[in-house]
Amino acid sequence: MTTTATATTATTATATDRVELRTGTDWTPVCDWAALVPGRGVAVLLPDGRQAAVFRDHLGRVHAVANRDPFTGAYVLSRGLLGSTPDGRVYVASPLLKQRFDLLTGACLDDDTVRIPVHSARIGSAQPPAAARQHHPAGPAHRGRNGAARGRV
Amino acid sequence: MTTTRPTVLLVGYGMVGHRFLEALADSGAADRHRVVVLAEEPRPAYDRVALTSYFSGRTPEDLLLGEDGFLDRHGFELHLSSPAASIDRAARTVTTADGRTFGYDTLVLATGSYPFVPPVDGRDAEGCFVYRTIEDLRAIESYAAGAKTGAVVGGGLLGLEAAGALKGIGLDTHVVEFAPRLMPVQVDEGGGAALRRTIEEMGVTVHTGVGTRTVLVSAEGRATGMGFTDGSALDTDLVVFSAGVRPRDQLARDCGLTVGERGGIAVDENCRSSDEHVFAIGECALAVDGRVYGLVAPGYEMAATVARQLAGQDPRPFTGADLSTKLKLLGVDVASFGDAFGSTPGALDVVYSDSRAGVYKKLVVSREGALLGGILVGEADQYAALRPLTGTGTPLPVPAESLVLPTGLAAPAALGGSALPDDAVVCNCHNVTKGLIRGAVTEQGCGTVPEVKRCTEAGTGCGSCLKLIGSIVTEELAAGGVEVDRGLCPCFAHTRAELYEIVRVRGVTTHRQLLAEHGRLRGEGCEICKPTVASIIASLAPELPAVSGHILDGEQAALQDTNDHFLANIQRNGSYSVVPRIPGGEITPEKLIVIGEVARDFGLYTKITGGQRIDLFGARVDQLPQIWSRLVAAGFESGHAYGKSLRTVKSCVGSTWCRYGVQDSVAMAIRLELRYRGLRSPHKLKSAVSGCARECAEARGKDFGVIATSSGWNLYVGGNGGATPRHADLLAQDLSDQELIRLIDRFLMFYIRTADRLERTSTWLERLDGGLDHVRDVVVHDSLGLAAELERQMAGHIAGYQDEWAATLATPDRLRRFVSFVNAPGVPDPSIRFTPERDQVKPDLAVLATVEELLRPLDTVPRLSEAR
Ligand SMILES: Cc1cc2nc3c(=O)[nH]c(=O)nc-3n(C[C@H](O)[C@H](O)[C@H](O)COP(=O)(O)OP(=O)(O)OC[C@H]3O[C@@H](n4cnc5c(N)ncnc54)[C@H](O)[C@@H]3O)c2cc1C
Ligand code: FES
Repeated sequence: MTTTATATTATTATATDRVELRTGTDWTPVCDWAALVPGRGVAVLLPDGRQAAVFRDHLGRVHAVANRDPFTGAYVLSRGLLGSTPDGRVYVASPLLKQRFDLLTGACLDDDTVRIPVHSARIGSAQPPAAARQHHPAGPAHRGRNGAARGRV
Repeated sequence: MTTTRPTVLLVGYGMVGHRFLEALADSGAADRHRVVVLAEEPRPAYDRVALTSYFSGRTPEDLLLGEDGFLDRHGFELHLSSPAASIDRAARTVTTADGRTFGYDTLVLATGSYPFVPPVDGRDAEGCFVYRTIEDLRAIESYAAGAKTGAVVGGGLLGLEAAGALKGIGLDTHVVEFAPRLMPVQVDEGGGAALRRTIEEMGVTVHTGVGTRTVLVSAEGRATGMGFTDGSALDTDLVVFSAGVRPRDQLARDCGLTVGERGGIAVDENCRSSDEHVFAIGECALAVDGRVYGLVAPGYEMAATVARQLAGQDPRPFTGADLSTKLKLLGVDVASFGDAFGSTPGALDVVYSDSRAGVYKKLVVSREGALLGGILVGEADQYAALRPLTGTGTPLPVPAESLVLPTGLAAPAALGGSALPDDAVVCNCHNVTKGLIRGAVTEQGCGTVPEVKRCTEAGTGCGSCLKLIGSIVTEELAAGGVEVDRGLCPCFAHTRAELYEIVRVRGVTTHRQLLAEHGRLRGEGCEICKPTVASIIASLAPELPAVSGHILDGEQAALQDTNDHFLANIQRNGSYSVVPRIPGGEITPEKLIVIGEVARDFGLYTKITGGQRIDLFGARVDQLPQIWSRLVAAGFESGHAYGKSLRTVKSCVGSTWCRYGVQDSVAMAIRLELRYRGLRSPHKLKSAVSGCARECAEARGKDFGVIATSSGWNLYVGGNGGATPRHADLLAQDLSDQELIRLIDRFLMFYIRTADRLERTSTWLERLDGGLDHVRDVVVHDSLGLAAELERQMAGHIAGYQDEWAATLATPDRLRRFVSFVNAPGVPDPSIRFTPERDQVKPDLAVLATVEELLRPLDTVPRLSEAR
């Protein structure tokens, strides 16, 4: 389940740039770069119904992990605060019971036996506005688990 | 079944009796005996040493010694209001005044002392009192309500304490001492003179070298004055006799036990009386060294001696004790220790005396320079360090004269713990040596003073040794290579209070800047420092340049914990709860209906909180703005249940409706809640206002509590409910509305400025150097000259207050965050579901248990618009 994450340095990202997560062989755009506040996250719904938590750290890198907090089962990791350890690992602290998860590996820093899934994330360049509009609201709610569009819009 | 176990009968349940029961329980002897206790007083043992604090607001319940359920847990049988009247040693029975008879195998007498009242005419008149029990103090309190002048007979330790109490309840106070100086037993002439000057300056009149010949009595039998041996007289409404105590040995005398010539039940070094089945401990016993000890510590040692024997452990004989004392009498520190009068052959003394400042210090040393004893009046900080050195025979580590000079003059002669040998007794109350304290640090892993207190009991008595314990702990940790990290978190080496000062003085406006300029790590920050710094900046926002007062603006938004970020309280399934402010717990029917309608329309679980408001549970983040736009439209404001800030000010219904109420507690509670709403602080703040002394609002369990009196308000601070309950301490009394508010303004701002992260006012008060006294000095007497600034800061807060929810609803940018998914704003979070319980809902936790569970129904997840 664990994939190695790619933390993308986004020093050149602009507000209209897209954050994309790898889903199978595709890259799925999930939000505008501008929607991310440094040090915090947002929740996104993936085409197969999974929830991911997407973060922007203080160096402008994006990270994505599963949104589910394994300790409580609640889908809340996107609402945790980011921090970094003395050796520079960036983590998110669950807003419920405060366990910390390394954003690069998914490893729980407070319990060796626990690990959460990590998604590859990147900054895609801005797409033509029309295409973006088409892509964006065609959100996961309208797709089956296999990712095929249902065309219920 | 109890008949098979030998019976221990304890007569007298005072301080020493209680310690005896504790020692029985600790040693395991409690299980092997049936233990029966006969108590004369109507309540279990209480802290007599702290008796006078009754006048500063501690209730009899506060003064009780054992924790709740102590007696039951150990199966001790207690008979209150059951004084023993006679002992039949042959039958081994004791009969109470009301005629019940109890058998014993071992009898322990702990009957204490009675106050000695000199045989003067009129001593039984109405208005004459003694000072020993809670009942005595209650009687004095109610009689004093109609009195103007009070006189204390006796200028010793207890007499001065009683005089302080009379002064405190507003009487014009006199002290009459037969000896030529005050405290003749503890201090010499010079010390007595320094003490007298300071006490007179406080407005207490001191008469020394005169005896009381008579109490003058009116026709109705009330005391009206006193006549003295020198022929002079004094008008007074009330007389307190405090001319020493006598051991209560009548029971022992009557049954033929040996008693001393001047009283006291004679015991051997194992505290056994002339009958092998009878022990005597505490103030009623005449110890083997021929002395009756009128202090609590020697009594505690005797209690342990007897308990050890009953437990079958090696006896630890009691052969005598140190009479050293340090007290604060009428605010003057007085300490006397070792050979205070220099009666050892060849003793020399070093004296410093400053009558202007009321300071007198004398050290008695041997020819070789070893410390033999001393007297300290007016400034006794060194007592804790000097007493353990006394009598050890080792020459002082610094010249004796440097120890008596005032701090700041000559060489600073701070005597730390390092000067002490291991067997020096650091805590006199509990007989704890320096070696034991070091062991607690090195072997039992104690790293702080509270841990050492728990582990060794050191410092849990009078507290005079706490500073010294602190320095021993620090020295020991340093010697062990342990660095004490006071830093807030891995990112900052500073405490919260230090960061507050940096932000305030440097005008730092962001966490990024603070981390870059003052952090020890240069990374992201962390989940500890981000919200802490956000709270500091929010508290100081009115005086920082270019900081918005709204916690969701600018960098602030990135620093807040999820609760502050969504202005609601996260619950276990990721949903949130909503608490509108209901100031003082007062609400109109119309507003109640709105809350009901909102809860019904959004399917929220509702519960009344302990803070007199209503909590609505189970909202998704995307519902919060909709819920709040209805609440704001109906006139509600954020209740800040999510913030480290003022929660509620509870109130009872007060004088408007209640037949007992003496002030309008509801109006005051509303006023306070509206004044301090939204104030960000190191931890949550709770408050309450009670309309009379019945205290229905439970104000003394709050961070700041207000209780009405017939002439105004009493302000209590530092209370706490929860896991470690603490009764709030009286800060000031009989305040007008304005005085009350001014003191609360200062108190809160001083707390915000100096407390650690997540430190409630209760722990803050206990941690601060000087504790309540220090806070009172700063807040009431403005000893740091801070009051005006603290008040100005509070005024800034009040002027800048805005309702966070109304302000959020008005700004699209702040509202953007309230979606379940950024890439599907109309889709509700499918993981938040509910099942029915007792006609309402509860979180469906089954849906959270596995990942797959949620994926399946995704196709059918309705869009938000369809859902509602
Ligand atoms: C105002 C005040 C301040 C003090 N300050 C200090 C201080 O700073 N430092 C210090 O070391 N000491 C101080 N003391 C002294 C200290 O309180 C006593 O040393 C201590 O209480 C002695 O404990 P005890 O158990 O021997 O006696 P007590 O605490 O007096 O207990 C004896 C109990 O036995 C009961 N009793 C008596 N006869 C009978 C009977 N026949 N049957 C049943 N019960 C009976 C009494 O009612 C009482 O409850 C102070 C005392 C007072 C009054
Ligand atoms: S000396 Fe009193 S508590 Fe330690």
